[in-house]
Order: sequence, then C-alpha cells, then structure tokens
Amino acid sequence: MIAIRKFYYGDYGESKNGTADISSSNKTKNEWPLWEVFIRSKQGLDHKHAGSLHAADAAMAIENARDVYTRRMEGLSIWVVESKYIHASNPDDADALYDPANDKAYRHPTFYNLPDAVKHM
Amino acid sequence: MNQESIINYTIHLADNALIMGHRNSEWCGHGPILEQDIALSNISLDLIGQARNYYQYAATVIGNNTTEDSLAYLRDAGDFKNCLLVEQPNGDWAQTILKQFFFSVYQYYLYQQLQYNNDDQLKAIAIKSLKEVTYHVRWSSEWVIRLGDGTEESKTRLLKALDELWMFTGELFEPASYELNMNVDFDLLKEEWTKKIQSVFEEATIAMPAKNNWHQSGGKKGKHSEHLGYILAEMQFVQRAYPNSAW
Repeated sequence: MIAIRKFYYGDYGESKNGTADISSSNKTKNEWPLWEVFIRSKQGLDHKHAGSLHAADAAMAIENARDVYTRRMEGLSIWVVESKYIHASNPDDADALYDPANDKAYRHPTFYNLPDAVKHM
Repeated sequence: MNQESIINYTIHLADNALIMGHRNSEWCGHGPILEQDIALSNISLDLIGQARNYYQYAATVIGNNTTEDSLAYLRDAGDFKNCLLVEQPNGDWAQTILKQFFFSVYQYYLYQQLQYNNDDQLKAIAIKSLKEVTYHVRWSSEWVIRLGDGTEESKTRLLKALDELWMFTGELFEPASYELNMNVDFDLLKEEWTKKIQSVFEEATIAMPAKNNWHQSGGKKGKHSEHLGYILAEMQFVQRAYPNSAW
C-alpha cells in the first residue's frame, strides 16, 4: 500500500511506530515507515549512522539513501534498518550506566610498560 | 558522418536531455515526499549535465563564438530538436514516472550503442552518462511496478498516463535525416526498448498497448507541441531579459 504524504525537514519524530508524527489530525494509516541509514565510506571499515528517511520498503529505503546521503561521494555501501527495530538506552539511566566508570582510570591501558619486542601497538 | 549531421545530432541529444531535465526540475520542492523530491532533482541534474556535455561539443564544432549557453538559451522552439515525449507536461506522479521510464530506457539502449561510436566525443559522453542512466532506469522501473501493482488508484493513474504518453514513444525510433548516418541501429533499439518495457509492465501487471503504427512525431524536426514554448519562456527568460548576464 502506498500512501503519499508530504513531509518536511525536521519531521522525523520519535514516535513508537517509527513514523513521523507532527499532527494527529492528518495522520493516515498508510504512512511510510522511518528507516535508519548507515553508510560505509571509502576510508572507513565500519558503517556509520548517516541519518534517517522514509520509505515504503527496504528496496526503496536503499534507493532513497543513495539519493539523500551519497550525493557527495560519501559512500561505498549502504545499510538500512527500520527505526522501530532499534532499541535504545534510556537517557534517565545515564547516571547508573556511565558515571561508575568515571573514577576507574586503571581501566585505560596506560599503566603498562610495553616490551620492546611488541610492535604495532 | 558529415559535420552538419554531427552538429544536428549532438544538439538533438542535448535538447532531449535538457528539456527532460528541465521538466523534472519543475518538481523540485513539490515532490510527494522529501526523499523522492531529492531523487527526481538528482535525475534532473544528471540530465542537465549530459545536455551541457553535448552542447559544449556542438559549440566547439560550430565555432563562431557559439557557446553551450547560446545553444540552450538563445534558440527558439523551431530550432529545438528534442522528441515530443520529453516536452509533455508532468501531470501527476504517475505521468512523470512513466515519461521518465520510457525516456530512460530509450537513453539506456541508445547510449549502449553510442559507447562504441566512431566519434570520440559522442563515445565518451555516452560512456560517462551510461552509469547515470542505469540508475534512472532502475529508479523509474521500481516506481512503475509500485504504481501498477499498487492500489486501485495508483493503477488507474498509471493507465491514464500510459494512454496520454504512448503515442509519443513511436517518434523515438523514427530517425530524422541527421540520425541516419550516426551508426545507430534503430531496429535493434526499438526491439530492446520494447522488450524492457514489456518485462517491467508484466511485473507491474499492466498490459502492453496494442501495436499501432500511428504515432505523434515532428519534434526531432523542430515541429513541437505548444508545451515547448512555455518551457523555453520560463527557462530562457533571464538570458533574454538581461542579455549576457552572468553570475
């Protein structure tokens, strides 16, 4: 089912079903889902998050990603995943999740003397 | 290949790309969804880039201070050699898509031949453009399939577009005098084009129109529909109102 609805910059909301949600009045059942785009550049070995876009299915999402995010020769490879499949940590948990690492400098491998025989470290 | 044919043929290729590109640019900012707005604008830019390459080549062959700009902006409708298909109005999304699809498949198989042409410039431009056109074919095919095999409304709109546009496809394979000695095999071109259209239509659950020998023609010889005049009026306005202005 294809429903065409006009979207604008900044529409990409955070609603649970992965679609833009700026006004409930003109919301239709057939909005295109939101996709997250990951691009691997020429230099990089890993795919990096480039942004998000709307598309009716995976094939269209890859084409849209090509048109929106690789216009300036940014990429060699594209991954897309529907935004609703991404699970994120809760920002409210930040204290518990990250602060405990603050005073544990010994976790950085800077206190060891490397033997001369070890190269490329 | 005499020089006059090369000039006319190169301008014909340029006009096709320019008018098609300009038509698509009318969608810029009006696309049904941001991502498709960008997709169509990208295709516009590809086509206008191809037009520039051809105009630059034609300008050097013509000489006499001719430039790509004077060819694009200072000729009147009767001098334009684009086929009638590309000047047809955009209509709705289905009509725009179908027009792009017919044209891109045509360009694809034409450039496939031109990449082996014995004119070095025509050859080089075809090789460069082929990658772009390959994507245009892919993009427009996907959309034809989506619309044809989509909802009742999308199918109805696609069929209406087919009814509007089919009569302009015959001209693509009817060589004008300047196309005759360019080493383009028009029978092969038509065969490959028809085969591709047929296979995409099949997937889109659309029937091929009945074979009909009658079609619109004249654009390649400078006899255009009234639409071209409006396109040129808009496209050439600045250069006509402020001659030699630059930025």
